[in-house]
Amino acid sequence: MQTQSSSKAQAAPALWLDNISCTFISKDDRSQRYTAVADTTLAIAPGEFVSVVGPTGCGKSTLLNVGAGLLTPSTGNVRVFGEPLEGVNRRAGYMFQSEALMPWRSALQNVIAGLQFRGMEDGAARQLGEEWLARVGLQGFGDRYPHQMSGGMRKRVALAQTLILDPDIILMDEPFSALDIQTRQLMENEVLELWSAKKKAVLFITHDLDEAIAMSDRVVVLSAGPATHPIGEFIIDLPRPRDVAEIRAHPRFVELHSQIWGVLRDEVLKGYQQQKKLA
Amino acid sequence: MSMWKALKPSHRNMRVWQALVLVVVLLGWHLATRNPQAAFFFGEPLKVAVRIWQWFTVGAGTLEVGTGETTWFTINFPAEIYPHLLVTLTETLLAFVIGTALALVVGLWLALSPLASAILDPYIKAANSMPRVILAPIFAMWFGLGIWSKVALAVTLVFFIVFFNVYQGVKEVSPVVLANARMLGANARQLLRSVYLPSATSWVFSSLHTSVGLAFVGAIVGEYLGSARGVGYLILQAEGTFDINTVFAGIVVLTLFALVLDGLVGLVEKRLMKWQPKSGETEKL
Repeated sequence: MQTQSSSKAQAAPALWLDNISCTFISKDDRSQRYTAVADTTLAIAPGEFVSVVGPTGCGKSTLLNVGAGLLTPSTGNVRVFGEPLEGVNRRAGYMFQSEALMPWRSALQNVIAGLQFRGMEDGAARQLGEEWLARVGLQGFGDRYPHQMSGGMRKRVALAQTLILDPDIILMDEPFSALDIQTRQLMENEVLELWSAKKKAVLFITHDLDEAIAMSDRVVVLSAGPATHPIGEFIIDLPRPRDVAEIRAHPRFVELHSQIWGVLRDEVLKGYQQQKKLA
Repeated sequence: MSMWKALKPSHRNMRVWQALVLVVVLLGWHLATRNPQAAFFFGEPLKVAVRIWQWFTVGAGTLEVGTGETTWFTINFPAEIYPHLLVTLTETLLAFVIGTALALVVGLWLALSPLASAILDPYIKAANSMPRVILAPIFAMWFGLGIWSKVALAVTLVFFIVFFNVYQGVKEVSPVVLANARMLGANARQLLRSVYLPSATSWVFSSLHTSVGLAFVGAIVGEYLGSARGVGYLILQAEGTFDINTVFAGIVVLTLFALVLDGLVGLVEKRLMKWQPKSGETEKL
């Protein structure tokens, strides 16, 4: 049974967004429509680390929410390991951009929330939770509430909260954008380490090209909104394991960066012009 | 100079200054009511104090506990005030608990069911704007002159305060926290228990100080409008004989117990709401 499903999984992408379009209708005025994402196809193989970069406000998060099953696309299909997605994506873990911890739960209680929802016995859940807190460098901080922790610590808790469930797909929405550069590089390296140990499929959304190249196997560039769609795809053939700070000096990194930036630059300018017009 | 430094109001001698205000007011009251005419209208602080002292030390009180005609047991008290206080506090607590529980259930239900809330919206607004004290005689007809008519009146006061806060609390749940809980695998019941309820609770607690005060008001007003027991009843009796000192004594006792209740709510709040950041608290690492 186990081998069967794994051989099947190898054939099918972990996450397959097939020709997705998302059109939002304004609540106040039904004739006001906004197409955030149009005709986007994106497949992530099991164990692959894919980053999606694009200008701000281009609909990157929309794409991620579709993959998570939190948002139903207007047209198109989502397949998870070959199965059509219905409701919330049970095989995916999601790290949100903004604060997503439950403020009324301590760090440990937050980390084991998913285990509790799955009905795991409390003692076992706590033990696993403590292990994960230690793994993200928060040993002894389990009884702290989110407001008693710094932004970086809260992100670590969120990371442990997501990864403790051992999801086959990890969705990350600019998870470190609110962190300072040092904390951020630390966290990026930690994520890479955890990922290389388990080799899960990762869909990583960011607006930071350096971060995308340093971490991924593949970088997908999205166009400026509205009607965002992929306009470029780059295989990142940098050696692993990587250190996100050191890899930036690698000649291949510089080369890839200028290649991708060449595609991204025009879109960033376009996005900027549109935002100026809206404002 | 240094003398003034020691006396200047600061956080250290704040209690002294607070007590001083009380002393000044009492002294002013005492002096003003040396005039017998003024004393008739405003009472005399010393007599009020004596009245309170007598309430708590002199006489005896009994309280029959039971339903309708049957008496389960009778409690004997060492002084006159205790049965009345016990009745008033029982009414207050019952109203507080019933009102809060009811408001939690209805608030959660309406906040999570947009259709029901849309249909019931005008009626809730109407019920909330109705001067509900006027319901007291109706409740007296329905529930008799015992404690339950007072509880019912106080429940109507408590309910709406807590209800609107629960409703707001559920509506204000961070969509990201909600989405996160869903991604972590929470089903509808688990979402209710571990996201909606805690979020609503924080809003409920911000309203609890108001609602415990109103539960008290409801109980007293209910007693005042018709009863045979309770501190409100004592005040009503005293007014009937122009015994202004006893009226003031009743007000003082009620105020003290309102403060005690408020303090208890504060204690519970401190225990349950320890996850909430307090302003000025910057314990970060």
